[in-house]
Amino acid sequence: MATITTDGVSHVANLARLEFNEEETKDFTEQLARILDYIGKLNELDTDDVPPTSHIHPQHNITKADIVKTSLPRDDVLANAPEPEEGYFGVPRVIDTA
Amino acid sequence: MLLYQLTAHALHEKLKAREITAVELTESVYERIEAVESHVKGYLTLTEELALEQAGAADVGFQNGNEMPPLAGIPFAIKDVICTKGVRTTCASKILENFVPPYDATVMTKLHQQGVVMIGKTNMDEFAMGSSTENSAYQVTHNPWDLETIPGGSSGGSAAVVAADTAILSLGSDTGGSIRQPAALCGVVGMKPTYGRISRYGLIAFASSLDQIGPFTKDVTDCALVLNALCGKDEMDSTSVDVAVPDFTKSLINGIEGMKIGVPKEYFAEGLDTDVAECVHTAIAELEKLGAAIVEISLPHTDYAIATYYIIAPAEASANLARYDGVRYGYRTEEPADLINMYKKTRSEGFGQEVKRRIMLGTFALSTGYQDAYYKKAQKVRTLIKSDFDAAFEKVDVIVTPTSPTPAFKIGERTADPLQMYMCDVMTTPASHAGLPGISVPCGFVQSGLPVGLQLLAKPFAEESVLRVAYTYEQNTEHHHKKPEICLHEDGS
Repeated sequence: MATITTDGVSHVANLARLEFNEEETKDFTEQLARILDYIGKLNELDTDDVPPTSHIHPQHNITKADIVKTSLPRDDVLANAPEPEEGYFGVPRVIDTA
Repeated sequence: MLLYQLTAHALHEKLKAREITAVELTESVYERIEAVESHVKGYLTLTEELALEQAGAADVGFQNGNEMPPLAGIPFAIKDVICTKGVRTTCASKILENFVPPYDATVMTKLHQQGVVMIGKTNMDEFAMGSSTENSAYQVTHNPWDLETIPGGSSGGSAAVVAADTAILSLGSDTGGSIRQPAALCGVVGMKPTYGRISRYGLIAFASSLDQIGPFTKDVTDCALVLNALCGKDEMDSTSVDVAVPDFTKSLINGIEGMKIGVPKEYFAEGLDTDVAECVHTAIAELEKLGAAIVEISLPHTDYAIATYYIIAPAEASANLARYDGVRYGYRTEEPADLINMYKKTRSEGFGQEVKRRIMLGTFALSTGYQDAYYKKAQKVRTLIKSDFDAAFEKVDVIVTPTSPTPAFKIGERTADPLQMYMCDVMTTPASHAGLPGISVPCGFVQSGLPVGLQLLAKPFAEESVLRVAYTYEQNTEHHHKKPEICLHEDGS
């Protein structure tokens, strides 16, 4: 298993849509390196022939009847929105109209 | 005994006989809150007005002589990770500071059908990530047994309010031990049912392959009553399992003769506090005296459970927490430069350090080039951990271990070192990986007076075995009757 560098931390932060200042980047690099070093102990185990577990119970595809039901009222859904706008979720402009 | 000190089943008898009213009971709990909550700090939100309304409604039912459900009129506290319609639900995070759910979690719908009285929402580690409740963005909860120590976590508020008698019952959630460990540290009963037993609809997601809701109670009988109210398939949660739900009170049998109880030697290794070990060994001797056959077993992959957990849980969390982007609900940064900048600033300002650490760890473990080495590797080791339990349950009905390697530690003692904090879950994460039902029951006290918990595990959907052993142990011991000092005086002194 690999270790992690400050560049790696900046790359992962971008993927996770987080941003850190220099000091935070340094702290996260040190902490994550230590945690990953500990997690490296999993390599003591030979798992080549072991199937992965993603779900603990044997489950098959679960579907439900395709019946139209009433959704939550629009006002209730928008009640928690930071910037609702004319019945929509408002966000900063993404299309340049200039 | 004062009303707020009693169990739900004792209170139900009094309500039914109309010796007391639900309003009197609710007022008694709020008086207790008035006296001790400023020391314990278990609640993030109190809902007194609503509670008195609900209590009044329950009283109407009792006064009319209706057949009332066992939890009707009983004061209940809810971990702030469970959506409560119209009542602020924060996950102890700044990012959800003003979030008011437009719907109830399925467990809330079921509790309302019982006619419970909701007292308030309890403190927790932010997004249930932590083992001490110190990761809350709002406050530190204090362990009622020693106010300078942590209550455990992540459901520390829910454990502390039951221990402090500021609620009769509470709900928590358990991903890697977040019900069982705080129950042990606060000297109350806490149970994580089998993964899939209780609907997770409306439980704000942390790690979806592990999360499960469960109760904190003052005894095992109350635990069975809450399971009866909450278990069952829910079409709103496709991971809830369609398995018959028994009447769990039928498992409250005082007798374990002929049952086989396994003691895994890996749980008694280095790092286990000597006082904790002594309490647990004494409890095991008691179980033997009560007629169980004690069998030494081995769960050889126990030592890998933490490393596995700290890949799988953060990986799933990194996906689940992608939804907090400042668009539909929750906090949004001021004056962002553009959309991407809004996401980044909102998330960086809204999440606390531990949540960011886990999002980073999980995103890394799922990123290109690392997914096989970390996430898939952890899923394979998860299979090995599960296989250990499968083999053990060929030989025994129930497994007994300490719940936590140590009693409650001092506030601030472990916050500097994330890895040391992660080790708190060493005895609870293995069963989480295997989706097993597990309970923690009080089994004694260390020399400083802090409580110790005994963890009992069974195979999936065998909650009845767990409850039977727990009930028998409880009926033949006195530990659960002892109250913390803070609870001995009306004024909390």
